[in-house]
Amino acid sequence: MGQATLVEISCAQPTGDARYASLPGAGWCIILQMSSTARSEVLADSSWKQRQSEVVAALQGVLPREAILSRLEDTAPFECDGLTAYRVVPMVIVLPQTESQVAAVLKLCHELRIPIVARGAGTGLSGGATPHPAGVILSLAKFNRILQVDPASCTASVQCGVRNLAISEAAAPYGLYYAPDPSSQIACTIGGNVAENSGGVHCLKYGLTLHNVLRVRGFMVDGEAVEFGSQALDAPGLDLLSIIVGSEGMLAVTTEVTVKLIPKPLLARCIMASFGDIESAGAAVASVIAHGIIPAGLEMMDKAMTAAVEAFVHADYDLQAAAILLCESDGTPEEVEEEIERMEQVLRAAGASRFEVSRDEAQRLKFWSGRKNAFPASGGISPDYMCMDSTIPRKCIAEMLREIQQMEIKYQLRCVNVFHACDGNLHPLILFDADDADQMRRCELFGADILETSVRLGGTVTGEHGVGLEKLNSMCVQFSAAERAQFTAVKQAFDPLELLNPGKVIPTLHRCAEYGKMHVRRGMLPFPELPRF
Amino acid sequence: MDAEDLSLVHLLDQVNGARADRAALQIRGGNTKHFYGEAAVGAPLDTAALSGITSYEPTELVVTARAGTRLAELEAALEEKGQCLAFEPPRFAADGTVGGMVAAGLSGPARASAGSVRDHVLGMTVLTGRGEVLTFGGQVTKNVAGYDVSRLMVGSLGILGLICEVSLKILPISVATATLRFEWDEDHALKQLKDWARHPLPIGASAWHCGELHVRLSGARAAVSAACAKLGGERIEAAPAKRWWSAIRDQSDEFFLLGEAAASRGESLWRLSVPAISGPLELPGKQLIEWNGAQRWLRTAAEPELIREAAARASGHATLMRSADKSPGVFSPLSEVLMRVHQRLKEAFDPDRIFNPGRLYVGL
Ligand SMILES: Cc1cc2nc3c(=O)[nH]c(=O)nc-3n(C[C@H](O)[C@H](O)[C@H](O)COP(=O)(O)OP(=O)(O)OC[C@H]3O[C@@H](n4cnc5c(N)ncnc54)[C@H](O)[C@@H]3O)c2cc1C
Repeated sequence: MGQATLVEISCAQPTGDARYASLPGAGWCIILQMSSTARSEVLADSSWKQRQSEVVAALQGVLPREAILSRLEDTAPFECDGLTAYRVVPMVIVLPQTESQVAAVLKLCHELRIPIVARGAGTGLSGGATPHPAGVILSLAKFNRILQVDPASCTASVQCGVRNLAISEAAAPYGLYYAPDPSSQIACTIGGNVAENSGGVHCLKYGLTLHNVLRVRGFMVDGEAVEFGSQALDAPGLDLLSIIVGSEGMLAVTTEVTVKLIPKPLLARCIMASFGDIESAGAAVASVIAHGIIPAGLEMMDKAMTAAVEAFVHADYDLQAAAILLCESDGTPEEVEEEIERMEQVLRAAGASRFEVSRDEAQRLKFWSGRKNAFPASGGISPDYMCMDSTIPRKCIAEMLREIQQMEIKYQLRCVNVFHACDGNLHPLILFDADDADQMRRCELFGADILETSVRLGGTVTGEHGVGLEKLNSMCVQFSAAERAQFTAVKQAFDPLELLNPGKVIPTLHRCAEYGKMHVRRGMLPFPELPRF
Repeated sequence: MDAEDLSLVHLLDQVNGARADRAALQIRGGNTKHFYGEAAVGAPLDTAALSGITSYEPTELVVTARAGTRLAELEAALEEKGQCLAFEPPRFAADGTVGGMVAAGLSGPARASAGSVRDHVLGMTVLTGRGEVLTFGGQVTKNVAGYDVSRLMVGSLGILGLICEVSLKILPISVATATLRFEWDEDHALKQLKDWARHPLPIGASAWHCGELHVRLSGARAAVSAACAKLGGERIEAAPAKRWWSAIRDQSDEFFLLGEAAASRGESLWRLSVPAISGPLELPGKQLIEWNGAQRWLRTAAEPELIREAAARASGHATLMRSADKSPGVFSPLSEVLMRVHQRLKEAFDPDRIFNPGRLYVGL
């Protein structure tokens, strides 16, 4: 394969030993900015094509013909997920329609040692659903039925391919909804949400996916049916549901999810407050929490982001402000009135320069329109953007923004910022042009710098988008070799041959050694005086 | 090297010694939950020396404490700043520790509204059976880097490793609370609770026992007083209400304690965890129902199979909480596939099987 035409970033070889070395395609690399020449080289590779036809032939034994895609025009949409800069030519895509087909595909792939990558809507932003070059994409798009909405128990059971928003829509006639609301909720699936432990703007008050899922049904890597959690509030034994949620499709395949529904608040109102400098905006966030208030949402946009969204939605945002906070209260009308009053006092005391409370639902939605359109608006001011996703302690927000400003100079790229401020979860959007290889390179360095600065400030490299392929290097900074080895041991407890989504989340020792950055120590440590390597 | 590091080194030595001898260790905090789970075997491994609150930043809503820290000490520190552990862990006795709370994974009356211990764990440092000190998760609420190993430890009864230090999400104490009492039979109480659950009411806890339903409202002042007006019932004064809920939370109410009389009648205390909407389970014995119907305590001399079957029929499970005879197994049996995963996870964390062998399931 003509590696010269490819920008190599990550070998998709699974962790651990060279079990796959004999598989065609195992040595191929996840490639960046795949040019049409690169694509045609993969397709012209005879060993790859031969393996593809073998796999297709085997799959035809368990699936109808139309449920198997292998022609380039059919597979092209599966080359990447929401992290579009990372692409791999998928070998085969399967679209099973029943649970027994899923089981049969898994069993077959397990017998033939073929890697499997489960896929929901492909909106993931860390490359979790990027194909494995010698593997099968298990698309769960056809698992799109809402099985039951039960207003009596305030739960819904849905197939994994149901879209996040569709659950709330189905529950709406009963005055109920599903709380976690990622910005991608019109498109992303509940199976993907479970895999990523996705959040949204209401997490501090209503929790992440983990806190709103009761039960996950699915299959182990060898096709055996399994159930995690229960319809009750807990299940006997180890809390395996906790580890399945957020496991990025590496431990089991989800086919059905039972979620908690909660009563829709009677009212929601939002405060929009401007701040003249980012320090006081950051301090305002801490102050809201310090006053015992848990807002339904507390979001922050910096000046550059505000300018970008204003051009996109024309919602009359304050373009002079260094930062804007959106602070929401929801509940009964009495609760909201009481809380908005307390929020107002705190935000004014923190030095808000402009201050507005939404009068009605239309105005509330207008306040939010810019925040909700932050990503497309960034697309409007730059050919490409890379969305980062780290979390830091709230008290470090201003410090982090200052660091990012320095990085803009260092890497000669612009960056606009939106935050889930109440969780300290940052989404810096680095603006770049993917057609310019050097910008792409600088963008990656910029991103890694943000993540590693977050770890240094006591945070984490990913708050809600997952590690996938994108943050493999940064995992070397956050976790020690022993911690990474423990992750691998957990992986193998579920999937001894490492066939489910191999090569994601856990970087190999070798990779970390090549990356060469020191692990930042957290937590307790015996022998702290000894030097660590 | 300071004292705390020394205590960790000391624990590490004991762990390595046990590995070399292939000897069992029973991890022990305040020893207040010795009755819980299968029999504890092996030489005691005490966490008492790993003590103290490592960091507490009220505005971050996070506290980090070492395993041997007394729960009472932690709660007092939080209360001083108007904050709390929202899941109300039971304090069976004064000596209970943070590590024991997490390892047992038991939550109190507020669980149905506020979430469980597991929901509030943000990160952890553990000493594994491989003699490694590892840190997972962190001090921030949103964190999806790597598998969520720290939450896997919650309720593991120490079979995977020794919890050394844990970071917990904390919340402000509710501005207002009120307790209401209703005289309703089981069926009616369950129906009412089910109906209330569909409305945005600030119901923080509920407990039904012997024809009386107690409901605790908590939230904004306006919301609590509006709900009081809406629900009716008899309002209980703050001080006795607080005592009443503490007795439920800490399971110090006579109902939970198997006195000699009850034991002589061959009674056990069961915990049935079922979907809240399940109707009355029609089992012999005395009941106390919490979590809006999702947790049912049963004191009975009935056959274990009868109870486990009733729980399974309701899509739940049953735990033998207190009993003179644990031969029926403390926890509901697992499916074959889940047991296999449990065994492999045990192997992954504690290959020499030194930590609390058999405490969760016999053979694990
Ligand atoms: C514009 C935009 C805004 C976004 N906003 C947010 C946000 O606010 N909060 C947030 O948390 N995320 C956000 N995301 C990220 C993304 O939408 C979420 O991660 C989402 O949960 C992915 O769902 P999906 O169905 O698209 O999964 P995919 O991208 O298809 O897959 C994601 C991962 O899940 C695995 N997977 C998918 N389905 C299954 C299954 N059934 N069984 C096992 N594994 C499976 C895949 O293998 C992969 O590792 C955003 C993305 C975009 C594009």
